[in-house]
Amino acid sequence: MSTQNNETTYDTRRQIIFKRVMRYTFVYGILTFFALLVIIPFYWMILTSLMTPDKIASDIPIMFLRFRDMQFGNYYEAMFAPEAPDFLRYMGNTVLVAAISTVGTIITTILSAFAFARLQFRFKELFFLLLIATMMIPGEMFVITNFITVSRFGWVEMVDQQYYHAVLAMTLPFMTSIFYIFFLRQTFKQIPNELYYAAKVDGTKDFQYLWKIMVPIARPTIITILILNAMGTWNAYIWPNLVSTRPAYNLVSNGLREFATAIEFLPQEEYIGQQMAAAFVITFPILVVFFLLKKHIMRGVSRSGIKG
Amino acid sequence: MLEDRHDFKAWLYLLPALILLIVFTFYPIINTFMIVFMVDYDFLYGDYTGWTLTGNIQAVLGHRQFWPAIRNTVLIAFVSVPLSVIISLFIAVWLNSIKKLQGAFQTIFFLPYVTNAIAVGLAFAVIFNRDYGLFNYMLSLFGIDPINWVAPGSPWRFSMIALLVFITWNGLAFKIMVFLSGLQSIDKQYYDAARIDSASRSRIFRKITVPLLSPMIAFITITSFIGAFKEYTAIVGMFGEQMGYRGQLITIVGLVYEALGEPYVAGSVSLAASAAIVLFFMTLLLTIFNMWVSKKRVHY
Repeated sequence: MSTQNNETTYDTRRQIIFKRVMRYTFVYGILTFFALLVIIPFYWMILTSLMTPDKIASDIPIMFLRFRDMQFGNYYEAMFAPEAPDFLRYMGNTVLVAAISTVGTIITTILSAFAFARLQFRFKELFFLLLIATMMIPGEMFVITNFITVSRFGWVEMVDQQYYHAVLAMTLPFMTSIFYIFFLRQTFKQIPNELYYAAKVDGTKDFQYLWKIMVPIARPTIITILILNAMGTWNAYIWPNLVSTRPAYNLVSNGLREFATAIEFLPQEEYIGQQMAAAFVITFPILVVFFLLKKHIMRGVSRSGIKG
Repeated sequence: MLEDRHDFKAWLYLLPALILLIVFTFYPIINTFMIVFMVDYDFLYGDYTGWTLTGNIQAVLGHRQFWPAIRNTVLIAFVSVPLSVIISLFIAVWLNSIKKLQGAFQTIFFLPYVTNAIAVGLAFAVIFNRDYGLFNYMLSLFGIDPINWVAPGSPWRFSMIALLVFITWNGLAFKIMVFLSGLQSIDKQYYDAARIDSASRSRIFRKITVPLLSPMIAFITITSFIGAFKEYTAIVGMFGEQMGYRGQLITIVGLVYEALGEPYVAGSVSLAASAAIVLFFMTLLLTIFNMWVSKKRVHY
């Protein structure tokens, strides 16, 4: 009797283990499959950037390259060849624009988030609602009039646009963000009120309190905002494309797209290696930043899905 | 005393953001709305010759690219959003059920979110190349002849399929991340209770995971639809500023920027504004519809 019982338990246990192994095989298998789908375009970009034209045009796509077959010259040509777009310059432009708009954004965001989180004032709720409502409006509504506005400021001269005008046009409209204000306000609100009262009793001014206590406490959120904003500029395409009228003022995405358009009717395989090299050159910095600051970025993004 | 109202001080703190918001956010909403009703609006001087109620709207409705743009925009939204929401929900659930390598997978799935849509779009164009692309090679293993997906001369339906693959791929990262953080915040007690009742996995998924995640699913679906209605950069990345062969992949936003790209042409800024208004109402309609549905369906 008892032996039989033991055997059943043994059998069911084996069944359970078998089921579990099957399940994990399935889950890891399918996750690996999707992970490959995500990685392939990046892998293909790097692979193609290291190929000679005849390898690119081979009938059966080459999936692996030996080191000695790698054509690093594509990178040299994409970056330094006289007829290639001036990507180093575009990178400089992009870094400058990203830096200015990020510093601007962070200042306006900290100040307004403080007012919303800490101060009592008339029309606070109303203004807050108004800001939420604007988030629902498609950005194109703003873009049209903003384009008109910066044109009237004289920043989008079609003939002889000045560099600082282009930079102003690319940065000023993006020096504040309603979304980041909400995001930071949420963090500020979690700081206990007692800290504020204690500081008040000690005679600390509001601005000192904000600068010396709230900003350091909210540092992770502020870093997240800095990174997301800078990455946004690095990937920006539409607005810079509208307001910069000289190729020399391109940001990286615009430069890359112009390169692709320029070779559209040329024998593509002659240039695709260089094009992919350029694409990887502008993707690479983002990947480095991402791997270094993964935690901050992912935290910010998953938080943004939970409406705050 | 400590919680006194500080009207002046508060607005002082808000001032830098407020000035920028007035110039670049509030005023544009009003102005763009007004341009829709102005005749022959001159974007540089702000001159116009009169008012019209429906003239500019009629112009955009009669534009040769308008209905193709509506068709493409709606198609992109209604295919790519459900597809990417469902795929990313499953990936998130699977990801949440493993411990080993979870971080590594998470990082990989997140990559498309941070990378440049133009750069990756170009890589997709290479993969979808007719003569030497990876995709056609895969198809050839099943005996399918090479298809022209992206190059000039490509039939609309093939360009659209290639584009949908790219857009769906591009949309997964954000959704997986948000769903995963939602799953991790679900109280473990629900699952423990279900396990005691020896409920099956699919039953747990249908009766616990989906209902508890439904506010987030609803939120993601709304925002993704709004995002898909504004699809533009991905198309330019893969197909160029022409938006596909003979502009066959034009979207509403594509129409806006095409018009705005030549602001000196008479009526083009009004056309851009009218197209933007159409987009605005599409978005509004969808938001209202989604709110109505989620009020009925979503379990809070």
